[in-house]
Amino acid sequence: MAALLEASGIVRRFGALVANDHVDLVVAPAEIHALLGENGAGKSTLVKILYGLLQPLEGTLSWEGRPVTIASPAEARRLGIGMVFQHFSLFDALTVAENVALSLPASTPMATIEAEVAQLSRAYGLPLEPRREVWRLSVGERQRIEIVRALLQNPKLLILDEPTSVLTPQEADQLFVTLEALKAEGRSILYISHKLDEVRRLCDRATVLRLGKVVATADPRAETAASLARLMVGTEVKEARATAHATGAERLVVQGLSLPATDIHGTALKDVALTVRAGEIVGIAGIAGNGQDEFFAALSGEVTGDPGTISLDGRPIGSLGINARRRLGAAFVPEERLGHAAAPGFTLADNALLSGHATNGFVRRGLIDRSAVTAWFRRVVSAFDVRTSGPNPEARALSGGNLQKFVVGREILREPQLFVVAQPTWGVDAAAAATIRQALLDLAARGAAVLVISQDLDELFALADRLAVISEGRLSEARPTPSLDRETVGLMMGGIHGVAA
Amino acid sequence: MRLILERRDDRPAWLALASPLVAVTLTLIAGAVLFALLGKDPLAALKVFFVDPLSDGWALQELAVKATPLILIAVGLTLCYRSNTWNIGAEGQLVMGAVFGSWLALATHGSANGPWVLPAMLLLGILGGMAWALIPALLKARLGVNEILTSLMLVYVAELLLDYLVRGRWRDPQGFNFPQSVSFEPEATMPILFGAGRLHVGFAIAVVVALIAALLMARSLKGFEIRLAGEAPRAARFAGFDTARTTLLVFAVSGGLAGLAGIIEVAGPLGQLQPSISPGYGFTAIIVAFLGRLNPIGALIAGLFLALTFIGGENAQIAMRIPLDVTRVFQGLLLFFVLGCDTFLLYRLRRVPSVRAA
Repeated sequence: MAALLEASGIVRRFGALVANDHVDLVVAPAEIHALLGENGAGKSTLVKILYGLLQPLEGTLSWEGRPVTIASPAEARRLGIGMVFQHFSLFDALTVAENVALSLPASTPMATIEAEVAQLSRAYGLPLEPRREVWRLSVGERQRIEIVRALLQNPKLLILDEPTSVLTPQEADQLFVTLEALKAEGRSILYISHKLDEVRRLCDRATVLRLGKVVATADPRAETAASLARLMVGTEVKEARATAHATGAERLVVQGLSLPATDIHGTALKDVALTVRAGEIVGIAGIAGNGQDEFFAALSGEVTGDPGTISLDGRPIGSLGINARRRLGAAFVPEERLGHAAAPGFTLADNALLSGHATNGFVRRGLIDRSAVTAWFRRVVSAFDVRTSGPNPEARALSGGNLQKFVVGREILREPQLFVVAQPTWGVDAAAAATIRQALLDLAARGAAVLVISQDLDELFALADRLAVISEGRLSEARPTPSLDRETVGLMMGGIHGVAA
Repeated sequence: MRLILERRDDRPAWLALASPLVAVTLTLIAGAVLFALLGKDPLAALKVFFVDPLSDGWALQELAVKATPLILIAVGLTLCYRSNTWNIGAEGQLVMGAVFGSWLALATHGSANGPWVLPAMLLLGILGGMAWALIPALLKARLGVNEILTSLMLVYVAELLLDYLVRGRWRDPQGFNFPQSVSFEPEATMPILFGAGRLHVGFAIAVVVALIAALLMARSLKGFEIRLAGEAPRAARFAGFDTARTTLLVFAVSGGLAGLAGIIEVAGPLGQLQPSISPGYGFTAIIVAFLGRLNPIGALIAGLFLALTFIGGENAQIAMRIPLDVTRVFQGLLLFFVLGCDTFLLYRLRRVPSVRAA
């Protein structure tokens, strides 16, 4: 059968980085085609080219056998290519139908849109209530809006970028049913993922990218997860598993922690209890928006409460501010790199000062000791191999991975007794992620208590000695990771508690 | 074909310096067009406006006198705007500083007092401006009230209070019913810097204040806190800074400096309280702060430039019968162009071929 979409010899560079190096991709009609690869393998660049957001420097595209250039997303949509991005572009305060209307000609009556949304959502098993405001919806429902938006264009090819990264396993199952239905209608799907099980379950073919090159085209059902992982990562994948360290005394104790939501989109914490011992890594799993931000703020002291709800080495710290907690040996890395952990327009030296001014001897009589700050930030840069474009660039000039190494490194180098980190490797390339994870393991081995809040189950299973799940502001009991399986954790993430492991 | 503004990834250092210069040039061009439309010779008018005030020592002294309040206020506003706090009410804080400080001058009038009077007046002036500025600051910090509105509205309250005082309780009994206070005693007026002329100690104070502010912004933890609060408020909380307290601090400092400018103006060039003590220094200082790139040293230079427009406006009125309001027009044009040019610091203009809707 003739190919629906064929890309051959696609080259795209960003400065010295070759994001796509003579990439070939063939998507047949009515197939679900996986684009597999690690973060930074060049998947996003390729699909941006296919969707007209980027232009290739070399190579050709053909659509249904005809050579085409796709100059813009509008042109891609006209050809019949739809895309659902990983990060949604929805307005929280508008309803489902209003959000859909934004992508349609202004003259379309709202009643027509509501009817179409309802019809599509019934036809494809995408339950959606057209008149609900977006902020009330779960992430899975928000994704459905994006899919419905794309389907309204009646695409022949639907591109989905890491669609399950924000879904519970149950929501993901529901999505797969929808995708199968679309395929049965003769539409093709380009499915971008690094989750091997999903790809083996869902996809007919897989193109595997590594460091910008196609390393294999395979039938995922004929491969094992391990063989696909080998193709993706290049080397035999070691099941990184936290070595059992000797755990010591209870270092962080949280009990009876309840906090009201700070704003209407927030989640209240309800009677949270948790203990982290010296030398141990405890993981907190959960879908975004279930109270992780509030829990982090309570632990860091950005939000303070009753003294007794949180204690560090037996000392009540619940009412202390963030710098008082830092002086007692705690260190924190929040989820947002730019704007929370680091100020985008500030230099790295100033960003070292940002979290270290209370503890690192940077300030004397109110004046900043520039040479001390510079010496410290140079140490962080060299110890954590932070690649920078100049001697002291602004934080925003760093790639995600390098900035993350910097914000993690500036805390770990202080040798904290308690280290709380949220999403330590979110959007970070594989090499930087490995560096960061190793640093966390080493820190725990040296006797620190480490708490990792993450949505990445692979990461938590690889790092954590014990695992708890946060859902709707409630935290489950932390259980030893080896006693848990992904299914159980997934159910708990979806709000189903009390399932025996 | 259409034009779009696209965010710049890089911000070259030379653009940051070039932008205010381009803004000044565009203002001069727009001014020349304006003069031509008024039927005046544009080049001659620009010369009267911007060159003649620099031609002799007398005029230079006058320039520094006019620049003094502008610099003092703009340095304070620099801190405010850097921290993303919008104090628009410096004019009112200037008036309240003048009222507080003048109270002492009037209370000690006619009796022999020591050299402590003037420093005490300056201190009271600072406190007056600070107190007036803390009203919008507290409303913002505690209740989240928009400080732009409250600080601006308090300007009119302060001006009416001053008006009431000089027409009522504080009116000079021997003043033939003119709405003004008695002339201050010599010990309650600013010492003159050089033997002749009007240049007074206030200018030196303004320069020192600008230098200290520049040093503290660059080197102190407080300066870091102020810059961080404006750049990334969430990161400021992560750094352990209380953003509400930062708001109070910058309002207190900028209000204090505006109050100091007010009492210096009254105890300096004016020598008495009048219904109107400022030709809008508190508002013009907003332009100074932006033209000076929200940097205290920049404010020093920009303050001198804006002072030129005040003196040039008076010159042009006398020499060429150009209305004094042209000064305000000039200042407005300048702010317009400064902010316009700053847009191109952050964004670049790109032409895109038009796309037909799908």
